[in-house]
Amino acid sequence: MAIEYQPKIVGFLCNWCSYAGADVAGTSRICYPPNIRIIRVPCSGRIDPLLVVKSFQQGADGVLIAGCHPGDCHYTEGNYYARRRLALLRPFLEYIGIEKERFRVEWVSASEGKKWAQVVSSFTDELYKLGPREMTLAKGTG
Amino acid sequence: MARTGVFICHCGTNIGGTVDVSKVLEAAKSMPTVAYVDDNTYSCSEPGQASIHDAIIENRLDRVVIGCCSPRMHENTFRKTVATAGINPYLLEISNIREHCSWVHGDDKEAATDKAIELVRMAVAKVASLEPLFSRQVGLTKRALVIGGGIAGIQAALDIANADYEVVLVEREPSIGGRMAQLDKTFPTLDCSACILAPKMVDVAQHPNITLLTYAEVQDVKGFVGNFEVNILQKARKVDHIKCTGCGTCWQKCLERTPSEFNLEMGKRSAIYIPFPQAVPLKPVIDTEHCAHFKYLEAKEEGRDLPDCNICQQLCPVSAIDYEQEDQIISERFGAIIVATGYQTFDHSVYHEYGSGRYADVITGLHLERLLSASGPTGGEVIRPSDGLLPKTVVFVSCVGSRDEQKGRAYCSKVCCMYMAKQAIMLKEHDPEVQCYIFYIDIRAGGKDFEEFARRAQEEYGTLYLRGRISKIYQEGKKLIVCGEDSLIGRPVEIAADLVVLATGMEPSIGAAELAQRLKISYDTNNFFIEAHPKLRPVETNTDGIFLAGSCIGPRDIPESVAQGGAAAAKVAALFSQDVLTTDPMVATIDPMLCSGCLLCTQVCPFNAIDTQVTRDGRTIALVNETMCKGCGLCVASCRFGAADLRGFTQQQILAQVTSLWR
Repeated sequence: MAIEYQPKIVGFLCNWCSYAGADVAGTSRICYPPNIRIIRVPCSGRIDPLLVVKSFQQGADGVLIAGCHPGDCHYTEGNYYARRRLALLRPFLEYIGIEKERFRVEWVSASEGKKWAQVVSSFTDELYKLGPREMTLAKGTG
Repeated sequence: MARTGVFICHCGTNIGGTVDVSKVLEAAKSMPTVAYVDDNTYSCSEPGQASIHDAIIENRLDRVVIGCCSPRMHENTFRKTVATAGINPYLLEISNIREHCSWVHGDDKEAATDKAIELVRMAVAKVASLEPLFSRQVGLTKRALVIGGGIAGIQAALDIANADYEVVLVEREPSIGGRMAQLDKTFPTLDCSACILAPKMVDVAQHPNITLLTYAEVQDVKGFVGNFEVNILQKARKVDHIKCTGCGTCWQKCLERTPSEFNLEMGKRSAIYIPFPQAVPLKPVIDTEHCAHFKYLEAKEEGRDLPDCNICQQLCPVSAIDYEQEDQIISERFGAIIVATGYQTFDHSVYHEYGSGRYADVITGLHLERLLSASGPTGGEVIRPSDGLLPKTVVFVSCVGSRDEQKGRAYCSKVCCMYMAKQAIMLKEHDPEVQCYIFYIDIRAGGKDFEEFARRAQEEYGTLYLRGRISKIYQEGKKLIVCGEDSLIGRPVEIAADLVVLATGMEPSIGAAELAQRLKISYDTNNFFIEAHPKLRPVETNTDGIFLAGSCIGPRDIPESVAQGGAAAAKVAALFSQDVLTTDPMVATIDPMLCSGCLLCTQVCPFNAIDTQVTRDGRTIALVNETMCKGCGLCVASCRFGAADLRGFTQQQILAQVTSLWR
């Protein structure tokens, strides 16, 4: 292949913990791979599984969801719903041909800039190892 | 067709130094709906905002994307900017190309530029699908809740009360005063701590605008800025607060004796007690665990026989003792909350090299404060806890539970260097024969008159400062042998000490994380609460209407705690000076045509913000109460029919971001 493989990652981050944690990685100048595209949502509980599937359909090699640690949700319990909902999504993704390693859910607090950088780095590394995703889904147009 | 303006901020060199802004502008030109592109050195500056304002008008723009710092930083700034140019403030999208791009990809400028272009493209895609939103107005309760009655909370309560608003001050101990009440003197002025604190405590008790609830805890918090509903648990004091005059007969006559928490278990108190003589309110509580009457009742229930005691009830001249009194829940509405829950000292038992708490004569700085205090367990005489002898050689050990990553405490507790210097001076004042040694890592004396004070301890009071850590403390006869290293001369040192004082650091009060969860505010890995911005919003939280003060945010000394208490009070007064508040319009909506009436959304909503309504054709469907809705979007992801959506984060808007990627 002429063009070197660069994993494409979509990240859905809750506004209160993980997005702020990613901001802290910035203010602390902690470098991590540039492969991720962050979409800000109010709460991990807002993330509709459809958005994950759409991201894969759009060509993402991996989707990362990050929210507040269980117990720390800004909206009390949004992340509990997210945790269960996204756990159910995982076997469905495998069913449609997406390896489970390509979908990650992480809890990153507003102070964990370092953890955020580690999460992105390790996920990117893993996606390098997995290689490009076979396009089992037709690329959508939205 | 939308006409979007894209503005890229260089942020000096913060963005421009890594991201090739001209390339981003060039790429933005060809993005759909983009009608105008420009860059600013600092978009948030006055000329930056003016140029955005002018460009909107000159180019008839109706939507704006700004590529700059995090929306958590300047989204509100730029909403105001676009509003002044006549655009609905919610037709703005921030592309975070600083915290999420230039600052984290400084090692690869080309990749950073490519990423910035994509981030801008996502924002352009989202902005095109945004809709104008309009705020609503709600009333507010002009009453404040202050949690924590230490010096920060006391100052906050007094300042709000003086601004003529009502305040409820909640303290979980039987008296307000906090840690400052336990201190003997304060650095660097050597003011008597109790003498400067007690008048403020009395002011709190006497202020007509302040309701003081001691021996009480915040149990749960609902609602939002201007309209918090709080349940406060008033623990049973077993003493009628209104009848009691604080005469002292009961606690003087009580026969039980148990270690005093206030004196760190170095002295005794009665079972019906006030924690210290200047307690406010000066009304006792009964410690049911140690009271003979309650022990008798418990034994009776288990069929055992113990002698009963009700001396306090018999002797109380106003019949204020009420053994039947139960815990009580007080529900109140508040417009704002100030959290000032303070700190506790680090538990040094994890330091095996210092004896893990085995040696009676290895004490903490706070213990020494109590020994130095005239109202302390020894009446102000510093004696060895083990044998009551006067110590002549005292060794201080700094940074115990501070600046020690191995013990999980990487931060500096800030006050220890100064309180060690103060205590060394006080010990010498008490007994000129005392020789103090201070083992330090650095002397941090960065406050007004602090450096001069630390020097006085050395030069006038002959305190010997030795730079180095302690490797071991062990007992030999009556002496404690302190082994360390003087790293300035590079030699091991051994001192035979009579008393060792560990300068234990600060950690958040017990229960801080649980309180943060109840209030829905953020806290860090050490359980200190997180400010909305460490520099520019130091006493605010990310939850509107909840403010912070004092060492619940991080180690603070007394002047800082007082300043923060006042600052938080000023924020509350500014909030209460308004008669209505505007609500965030980014709330959930339900499409009545799509709603099936399954009402799953009412079950998942954490705020009970979804009501029902009956349509004209007789169907029961969901209806969002916009005042209660906080915009989490949990209902949106739960709705099987796509009837629920979230303004500002609609399904279509997020999908627009996703589908703009990698084109």
